[in-house]
Amino acid sequence: MSDDIVNIEVDGKPVEAREGQMVMAVTDAIGAYIPRFCYHEKLSVVANCRMCLVEIENAPKPMPACATPVVEGMKVFTRSAKAIAAQKATMEFLLINHPLDCPICDQGGECELQDLAMGYGRDVSRYNSGKRVVHDKDIGPLVSTDMTRCIHCTRCVRFGEEITGMPLLGTTGRGEDLKIETYVEMSVDHELSGNIIDLCPVGALNNKPYRYSARAWEMEQRATISPHDCVGSNMYAHVLRGTIKRIVPKANESINETWLADRDRFSYEAIYSRDRLAQPRIKVSGEWRELDWEDALSRAVDALKGARPDKVGILASPSVTLEEAHLLARLADHLETANIDCRLGRRDFSDQDNDPVYPWLGCDIADIEKQNAVLVVGSNVRNEAPIIAHRLRKASLAGAQVSFISSVKHDYYFHVANYLCDAGLVELLSGVAVAAAGRKNLPGSVSDLCNEVKANAEQKRLAASLNDADAGLVLLGNIAVRDQAYSAVRALTACIAKLTDARLGYLSAGSNAAGAHLAGVLPHRLAGGVKRGKTGLHAGAMLDEALDAIVLVNLEPDVDLFASTDAVAKLAKQKFVVALTPFVSDALMESTDLLLPIGTFAETSGTYVNVAGTWQSFSGVANPVGESRPAWKVLRVIGNLLGAPDFDYVTSEDVKSEIAGQLGHVSPDNDYPGRKKIAAPKGTDARQAEIDTPLYSVDGLVRRANALQMTTAARRAADKVSAS
Amino acid sequence: MNRAISYIKTFTLWELFKGLWVTQRNFFKKSITLEYPDEKAPQSPRFRGLHALRRYPNGEERCIACKLCEAVCPALAITIESEVGKDGTRRTTRYDIDLFKCIYCGFCEEACPVDAIVETRIHEYHMESPGENILTKDKLMAIGDKYDAMISADKAADAPYR
Repeated sequence: MSDDIVNIEVDGKPVEAREGQMVMAVTDAIGAYIPRFCYHEKLSVVANCRMCLVEIENAPKPMPACATPVVEGMKVFTRSAKAIAAQKATMEFLLINHPLDCPICDQGGECELQDLAMGYGRDVSRYNSGKRVVHDKDIGPLVSTDMTRCIHCTRCVRFGEEITGMPLLGTTGRGEDLKIETYVEMSVDHELSGNIIDLCPVGALNNKPYRYSARAWEMEQRATISPHDCVGSNMYAHVLRGTIKRIVPKANESINETWLADRDRFSYEAIYSRDRLAQPRIKVSGEWRELDWEDALSRAVDALKGARPDKVGILASPSVTLEEAHLLARLADHLETANIDCRLGRRDFSDQDNDPVYPWLGCDIADIEKQNAVLVVGSNVRNEAPIIAHRLRKASLAGAQVSFISSVKHDYYFHVANYLCDAGLVELLSGVAVAAAGRKNLPGSVSDLCNEVKANAEQKRLAASLNDADAGLVLLGNIAVRDQAYSAVRALTACIAKLTDARLGYLSAGSNAAGAHLAGVLPHRLAGGVKRGKTGLHAGAMLDEALDAIVLVNLEPDVDLFASTDAVAKLAKQKFVVALTPFVSDALMESTDLLLPIGTFAETSGTYVNVAGTWQSFSGVANPVGESRPAWKVLRVIGNLLGAPDFDYVTSEDVKSEIAGQLGHVSPDNDYPGRKKIAAPKGTDARQAEIDTPLYSVDGLVRRANALQMTTAARRAADKVSAS
Repeated sequence: MNRAISYIKTFTLWELFKGLWVTQRNFFKKSITLEYPDEKAPQSPRFRGLHALRRYPNGEERCIACKLCEAVCPALAITIESEVGKDGTRRTTRYDIDLFKCIYCGFCEEACPVDAIVETRIHEYHMESPGENILTKDKLMAIGDKYDAMISADKAADAPYR
């Protein structure tokens, strides 16, 4: 498409358009709606529904607006008698085979076919013969099918081919016998597959967990932010009488475009799972009993008051909101302890002083597509941040060299330039670093690591791809963070980035690692990255000490606390452990003494800071379950009862404005100072096998979402666990 | 002159006799008063009284939980919850009509694509304790089952005009 401007006329109005643009894009831009089914902004043009036929001057027949490029002097009539007649005729053909089951169809009320049939359909059908019936397919636990309703727009087929790269669905047969199906009996398994629900203009593909539970018109649409990954996808919760019925994407071109990962879409089921903690519980001589909030809070406060300074530990999930993180940091300050951490997945803390202020992507999320070369180190990107993986795929399709270095082999549905896979990340990275350095000197921090290392051809190729790139990006993921030699991995990665003039970026765990870092939920830093006077115990060491009181926020010690081994047993030995948690599990019952029910992301207001440093605030969208309360309110009351000064926040906004004022402008900086010489790692890694968190195990919500747990991805992961 | 006529009318009790003439005229006419509840006025098959949920002749419940009645109800008297039924079809798990809110407009009946919710000719009912004003799905189905013959006959009678 060139940038030359051509002048065309739409319905008599002069319009400027770029040469080669399709008529549909031009009319959409000026707000002249042309009916369509198969056309979608994000997908290729196929022009097979024929609904967008418009009249074009001097054209012998009506032309499809979606596939007709504009030329100078073109005159388009979208509402002329000829155009309307063509559109009505198309509609009549589409309705021949479409069943009249709108009253039981979940798409009813928000159906593109239904809406357009109001404008272009006849009231009574002229067709009296039999209608086509297509057998439904079982394509997995997330998407329900009613294929008789399909109008063959092939949006779902194109989504599979163009967006995921994994052709999920295809067409078989032709004409009357054309069917959309999986070629062989299989489920549709891609971490973005749920988007075909939104793409389907009719009710053929629909939301399976939501099936038949509500109607489009009776729900309230409330905006919220995804709590599962560092991207912070924008989404809408559809709420009926205070209960979330489904979640749909909210378009945000700079973050998730119009897509939403399945994890974000279907995890709401967990909010209403049986594992929800409905009432505070306390363990009295080994027996759990329920108690009221007042009593529960006073017991928690008694334990915290009785604890010696420096003998209190706070472990928070990186998915706590910024407000919760700030209140936790303030509580730690009041209790005179520095034992506070949110880096639950990390094992090597030796180089923590070289950490950035907060883990930053290095660029905006949308800018990933503009890179010429990307190296992803130690990350299962499709699991960690499906939207980032999608952006990487777009970058690759645009010609970028996307390479991976990881200890685990993952599948990607695009051209991977280099995939270096070996258990020892340090060896792989040092080879690349040596290749990247060429004749230059390696920085002192990694000199020991690269001592006598020779780069092989693959490593040289990778380094060259980064060296040759105008815009290069090196991303460090969570598998790397979990590596026992993370300091070495990070130093080498930073060194490669520096040598190749690429940006260094981090993919963080949880939805708000950046916010928790900024608020100072770290043992070595206060809010805004200011160094603490005395460094406290980090997540890996905290449980090894005998502390007087430990506070766990929104985490499950058996699965979320990768930093420590045998966390449950170690916690059980501690004097007093209080957990603020939305869910109850056997491990929590075993390891804690007091459970306080808090709301999930849907029941609290707060702010998530995403990996690009964007602050995204949201308010509670659903009614709280049982006696659960927003965590920031619980923390505020604990602060009040402890007698902490200036702790009377009325809303979460108050907390946010306080931390925002305190931080001022923090500019993200991933520059690795590298003042310290990193020693070569020793020994083997016993926990290598469990280093990669499965897609549907990342947090408590996802682990309890039924539909997600029934997917092939989740069942395969469960099989792996039971086999090992 | 008018004053004179007025005096004559006053002294001859003209108005009194004029009124009594109406009484006398109606005294010998056939009475139209009904001895309710022994006698009852005739009802149209379109009478909109107590609600009922109907079944198909094979016993399958008609309601498909499309919630159109809930949407059209001007008094917000209907509350429906639905899910996938045992046979995989769309079914209600809750269908409540609040009789205190209901204004008996019959829109629910008009909106229903499967003639499931109907307003019967039953208009003599009462509640004794709070909460009885809520007609639950079970009650509605029971009414439908009990008065099925009446409802079917009424629908048949009205069918030619629809």
